Amino acid sequence: MITAIVNISLKAGVLDSQGKAVHHALDSLHFKGVEDVRVGKQVVLKLSTDDKAEAMSEVEKMCEEILANTVIEDYKIELI
Amino acid sequence: MKVTIVQFPGTNCEYDTQHAFKELGADIEIVWHKAESLPKDTDLLVVAGGFSYGDYLRSGAIAKFSPVMKAVSAYAKDGGKVLGICNGFQVLTEAGLLPGALKRNDGLHFISKHHTLKVENNDNIFLEKLQKGDVVNIPIAHHDGNYYIDEAGLKELHSNNQILLTYSDAEGNVKNPNGSVESIAGVCNKEKNVFGLMPHPERAMESILGSDDGVKMLQGFLAS
Repeated sequence: MITAIVNISLKAGVLDSQGKAVHHALDSLHFKGVEDVRVGKQVVLKLSTDDKAEAMSEVEKMCEEILANTVIEDYKIELI
Repeated sequence: MKVTIVQFPGTNCEYDTQHAFKELGADIEIVWHKAESLPKDTDLLVVAGGFSYGDYLRSGAIAKFSPVMKAVSAYAKDGGKVLGICNGFQVLTEAGLLPGALKRNDGLHFISKHHTLKVENNDNIFLEKLQKGDVVNIPIAHHDGNYYIDEAGLKELHSNNQILLTYSDAEGNVKNPNGSVESIAGVCNKEKNVFGLMPHPERAMESILGSDDGVKMLQGFLAS
């Protein structure tokens, strides 16, 4: 069984207002030295296949079709 | 004139929309999302507002895979008139029937209030009863109303007169409540048969309830 971890975040250049709010909060809590904050979401998928190439191509399709909105979001897939 | 309204689990503006179009003299049919076809005599298809599928994953993301959406896409591609209001707008962008995407409001708050909007283009059936530059008072109620489109897409919207409405003050000057690119509140497709907007014209039908500016907007569909 393969576990796929998909991290979805707003594309660079698309303003991440949640990230900005968290950044401000960190700043007001005196966590200095934070240059930038991006907030995203993580989807964890347990797949029945043992074939990594097959898993990767399936999860890529899932990302393109539903998990991410590629107009505004990027995704990264990690298989373990 | 037959108006068909699509209803998903979580849609909550279908009866307001029904009431609004009924007042204007249309026949209404509400279609559940499991339907695989639309009433044959549909003159206008409305994807109503609400929170389809609880806005899970992203607003409108799950709804686009509902059985009825295949029929909606086919209807739109065939030149049928489609109007998406609020969550309906989000569904239509997710389904690729309208350009761009709606993301979380810049201020992160749900905004629910009357807002003035400026008519940017009226060379389409939706806004033909209004003049370019007119200001209308229409309620907004959304969390994910921050319209985003990349620069190339924005250029295309401008060159085809696809920007319908922008958020403004009462004088028509830009006033942006949610961070939308160029304060955009509604757009249409290139062919001008698919329309989407975040504000709720169906909630502005009686002046005693704050505004009747929605009447002129929705009437555009009934005239043609």
